[in-house]
Amino acid sequence: MPTDNPTGGPADGSTSGDAPRIVFQDVVKKFGDTVVLNGLNFTVAKGERVTLIGPSGSGKTTILRLLMTLEHLTGGYIYVDGDPLTFEERNGKRVERKPKDVARVRRRIGMVFQQFNLFPNMNVLENITEAPIHVLGRSKDEAEARARELLEQVGLGDKADAHPTQLSGGQQQRVAIARALAMDPEILLLDEVTSALDPELVGEVLGVLREVAKNTDITMLIVTHEMQFAQEVSNRVLMFDHGRIIEEAAPDVMFSNPTEPRTREFLQAVL
Amino acid sequence: MGINWDWQDAAGVFPLLLEAFVTKTLVLTVVGSLIAAALGLVWAVALRELPTPVSKVLAWVLDVIRMTPLPLQAFFLYYVFVQLDVMTIAFIVLGVHYSTYMAESYRAGIESIRKGQWEAATALSLPKSRTWRAVIVPQALRATLPSLGNWAIAMFKDTPFLIVIGVAEMVTSAREYGGENFTYVEAFTIAGLIFLAASYPTAVLMRRLEKRLAY
Ligand SMILES: Nc1ncnc2c1ncn2[C@@H]1O[C@H](COP(=O)(O)OP(=O)(O)O)[C@@H](O)[C@H]1O
Ligand SMILES: [Mg+2]
Repeated sequence: MPTDNPTGGPADGSTSGDAPRIVFQDVVKKFGDTVVLNGLNFTVAKGERVTLIGPSGSGKTTILRLLMTLEHLTGGYIYVDGDPLTFEERNGKRVERKPKDVARVRRRIGMVFQQFNLFPNMNVLENITEAPIHVLGRSKDEAEARARELLEQVGLGDKADAHPTQLSGGQQQRVAIARALAMDPEILLLDEVTSALDPELVGEVLGVLREVAKNTDITMLIVTHEMQFAQEVSNRVLMFDHGRIIEEAAPDVMFSNPTEPRTREFLQAVL
Repeated sequence: MGINWDWQDAAGVFPLLLEAFVTKTLVLTVVGSLIAAALGLVWAVALRELPTPVSKVLAWVLDVIRMTPLPLQAFFLYYVFVQLDVMTIAFIVLGVHYSTYMAESYRAGIESIRKGQWEAATALSLPKSRTWRAVIVPQALRATLPSLGNWAIAMFKDTPFLIVIGVAEMVTSAREYGGENFTYVEAFTIAGLIFLAASYPTAVLMRRLEKRLAY
């Protein structure tokens, strides 16, 4: 890495104690000719909970998917704890990282999807233990004990042997949260995790997430339209429009007294 | 009936045909189907995982095998691998030929899996091989199994073609027996009934399985 290393990480690229948890540096994302992000910069500190708001199509999902390596990074860099995620700067050149290096960094990130995406061929317990056993190399006993613990935490202690299709959407999403937590992520990405749920099931999922926020120091990036929830759990809110951060503030400021007319307009529409 | 039906002849030919059915037709179909199902899956995964140029070559080879007749392929292998016994050649021909059809079925099954499954696997950092084994293949198998069953039944009905390399399965035995004893009608009727008795329940079973496998 060059000396003007923006991540503050050590020059050998290894994990640094003081590096920010997440750095987006000049991030560009294009889908064909459509430019979604055009030089995006932001930093998230360790343990911070950041909510991303903004109109549909403003690039919020794309940002989370880039972090989860579900999208190819067109330009710029993303750093996690000072480690480059998919691209690194070497001798002034932007080079793609090796899959095994990407995997090592990606392991610190977990994601919960709008559509749950549980594995329908596995029961609840298997959904949660699959990655701890086969990625982290945990023993089956150890992984199952932890999975049962997590199921208790999300209020589904009696559903270990259930099949995902036997569960309500709210229950499936809580299993998905347990599945992500079972990997002990440093960063948890939540992309509109209650948007696919019937209104009466939203509360139970948000309740679980409040507990996670309270009881862990996991860094969270949250995309949600539940402004009440966002205000409770986040330290900071970023308002996006057309792939740019147009306003950034603490939640109480953002939701009660935003500066930008565009933010006011947006919040009026969703609140 | 306008044709003569001799119950004694029918009774005489039945054990003979049943034996040919079990030792040849059934064995060929079961072994051939297992080979085809395993190879077909290998092709389907390889078509997705190999670099594009290699995967294009593979797709072309599979097309060629699919679009040439089975008896021709049997002949070809018979003369190329003279040292192999005919049953072994028959297994290879049936297995390889039908693997190209089954690969298509698997492909459709794999494509029917929602993108979110792959993405969840990535989000959990599952390695590619584990994603295939634990997530994609089990789901694809469910979607593909009915179609694989249909190909197995098609293979079953193709086994008489193997007479070109001297595999005397049931239909060939019926013809031989009929020719020697002038009891063609009995021999072929019994052979037909044995086919039906085996394939009809198989088809029903496949349909049941299909229903049970639905999530
Ligand atoms: N796979 C894709 N192909 C083409 N365009 C895409 C794709 N994914 C997202 N986009 C476009 O990128 C923009 C940002 O989308 P997204 O990140 O989903 O926004 P948000 O989550 O804020 O609604 C939108 O204009 C969307 O149409
Ligand atoms: Mg979105």
